[in-house]
Amino acid sequence: MASSLSQAQLVTALNLRMLVTRWQSAAVTVVGIAGVMIVLIGVFSIYEGFRTALDLSGSPDVAFILRGGSSDEMQSGLSLEESRVVGDSPEVARAAQGPVLSPEIFVNVDVPSRATGISMMVPMRGVGPQAPNVRAHFRWVAGRMLTPGTNEIVVGRGAAAQFAGLDLGKELKLGSNRWQIVGIFADAGGVAESELWADVTVMQGVFQYGNGFQSIRARLASPAVFGEFKDRLTTDPRVNLRVLTEREYLSFLSRGLRAIIMSAGVAIALLMGVGAIFAALNTMYAAVAARTREIATLRALGFGAFPVVVSVLAEAMLLGVAGAVLGGCIGYLAFNGVQTSTLNMVSFSQVTFAFRVTAELLWWGLIYALALTFIGGVLPAIRAARLPIAGGLREL
Amino acid sequence: MLRFLPLLWASLRRRSLRSVFTLMSIVVAFLLYGVLEALRFGFFGGVEAAGDNRLMTTHRMSIVRELPGSYLGKVHSIPGIRQVSAQVWFGGWFRDERNQLQVIAADPETLLEVYPEIHLADTEKRAWIADRTGVIVGKNLAGQFGWRVGDQIPLQQSIPYKSDGNTWAVTVRGIYVQDGADNRGMYMQYKYLDETRVWGRGRIGWMVPLLETPTDAARISREIDALFANSPAETKTASEKTWVGDFAKQVGNIGLMLSAVAFAVFFTMLLVAANTMAQSVRERTNEIGVLKTLGFTNGTVTWLVLLESLALTVVGGTLGLALALVLTQAMKPLLNSFVPLFQIPGYAVALGFGLMILLGLVAGALPAARAMRLDVVEALRSG
Repeated sequence: MASSLSQAQLVTALNLRMLVTRWQSAAVTVVGIAGVMIVLIGVFSIYEGFRTALDLSGSPDVAFILRGGSSDEMQSGLSLEESRVVGDSPEVARAAQGPVLSPEIFVNVDVPSRATGISMMVPMRGVGPQAPNVRAHFRWVAGRMLTPGTNEIVVGRGAAAQFAGLDLGKELKLGSNRWQIVGIFADAGGVAESELWADVTVMQGVFQYGNGFQSIRARLASPAVFGEFKDRLTTDPRVNLRVLTEREYLSFLSRGLRAIIMSAGVAIALLMGVGAIFAALNTMYAAVAARTREIATLRALGFGAFPVVVSVLAEAMLLGVAGAVLGGCIGYLAFNGVQTSTLNMVSFSQVTFAFRVTAELLWWGLIYALALTFIGGVLPAIRAARLPIAGGLREL
Repeated sequence: MLRFLPLLWASLRRRSLRSVFTLMSIVVAFLLYGVLEALRFGFFGGVEAAGDNRLMTTHRMSIVRELPGSYLGKVHSIPGIRQVSAQVWFGGWFRDERNQLQVIAADPETLLEVYPEIHLADTEKRAWIADRTGVIVGKNLAGQFGWRVGDQIPLQQSIPYKSDGNTWAVTVRGIYVQDGADNRGMYMQYKYLDETRVWGRGRIGWMVPLLETPTDAARISREIDALFANSPAETKTASEKTWVGDFAKQVGNIGLMLSAVAFAVFFTMLLVAANTMAQSVRERTNEIGVLKTLGFTNGTVTWLVLLESLALTVVGGTLGLALALVLTQAMKPLLNSFVPLFQIPGYAVALGFGLMILLGLVAGALPAARAMRLDVVEALRSG
């Protein structure tokens, strides 16, 4: 066995040195695998970006409260009394100004897209002064927080990039109302970055909400007290509430779209993979045909069948690695960080997000490329091992 | 032409395994092309089905904000408007929250007048109008749940419209077929919703005005919006086509992304096919020399190589498109709630055949040129 392994090394090294003479057909496999990799990265970087915007931005120690029986914010309604009951719960974290919670209103407003000028349904949220403190990764990019009771608004980084006129210091006209933009904020790519924020009491007046809210976000003292907090509120006879963690709620929002992207991505990757296997099969059969004489000579000199098989597979998988690296680089440069927005079918509003090419995605791409070229190399490798020696030597 | 067929067949069978693999990769490419086109049509196909002579009037802020019911009469009295259908989104689900329904509440008579493409038997139409709790159901939705005329169905609804629970009992009064639509919708009576709900009474979601002549669309849109300017609920009116198109664009650059994927696939397949052809011609240098010696002209030899490449792409492409048709039909029930119009449109099939020919010609071009320029003496000596 030891000699068989050292033979395999020898034959493989010899073969790879000869690869340059067959570069044209090898290049086809490399480009084919690179194509698969680029498409794979393109589709799944959308998935990753969307996942960052929705699932991962929700924190487990922020509670999200809706009216009992409502599945999302659009259908929910809460009273001032209910927000007081929530604020009185001992599990809610406290700051100098009182409980760390933000009663909120959610509406969609039309703002034109920067790229196309077409009106997009952009989420606008009425928030309490504590809103930045109930978002895990909140930070200011420019400007400052809005002053309660005024028509000042602050804008998420994603919204500012995608929609026209959302620049610091500018005035935004929505219907008959004018809003002054005083700040731009970031939330680590989270869903809040798609939103415009105004003071919740001002929005109650403008959008005829009386003194009602649609949701409450509350920061808990720790993630561990969520169970107690939920039990307390759902058994309190004074209120009818549905209590979730922010993470649960955001994951529910993105469920439909994530399922589409995932299934489309898997289907496209599998189909392209099958195409690439055929390309690899052609290349490797051609390679074996070109090496007929060389292989026969080696066999006649006493080399076994195993080293020949290894050398063919090694060649195929080397081409796979080359293709994966090439495709990975192109895919990373082309897609990583591309800012875009799409429609969230639950809230009927735009979610902005950036494509994300993660190390994990590149790693899986490489493994997939190796698997494809391995499959494409097996049959030609077996043929190479079975080549008749005498006939092969006679070949041109 | 036909007499060359055996020669063509022989050259494809010369390395039959290679021909089969190339053919299969072309099959896969066109299968993917077909599915991507179906997906694109699913997202943007609604634009073609939208009526020319209908407008869409929504709340200026957003379609999810309701309008006062009094707007209906005001819009109807504008000259040039034949009829207006007021609609409210009901949504809801059947049995399980995952079976989300597209239920819209509307007045039956004006609805059917504004949408002449909704076909409903006269007896069913009369039965629906007569029953306040009646609904009409799209053919495909009825098929999915096995609903028949006369069936009682409980709709569930998370918007707390009612004081007593969230179940709405409705009776199927008709099953409709709407041209150019997915036929998975349901219409209930606006009266039933409005009389039952405890809040928001008298309000409507949006209006669909039907015009006397489509050419008036821009002028009448401006007139409607001017009517409600500076009121608490300003409106935004556009032709239904524009509205559906803009709504599709909300989804983002999906069309562009799908085209990019299709392009990547094509480029890859082009390379694979071109490489196979080049290899095959290189190996047959000697044979082509013999053909030329036997009196085949340069033109004929070129054509033979091109035909070989075309045969691969057209046969592979046709198989791929056929598979895509079967696959999209099979996938349709799974994707219905997200991409209702999931099917390969006719123009995409036509374009597909165009692409097969283009692919075959481009892939065969270089090898064909090589075969044409091949010097007989050189070629024979290389054997």
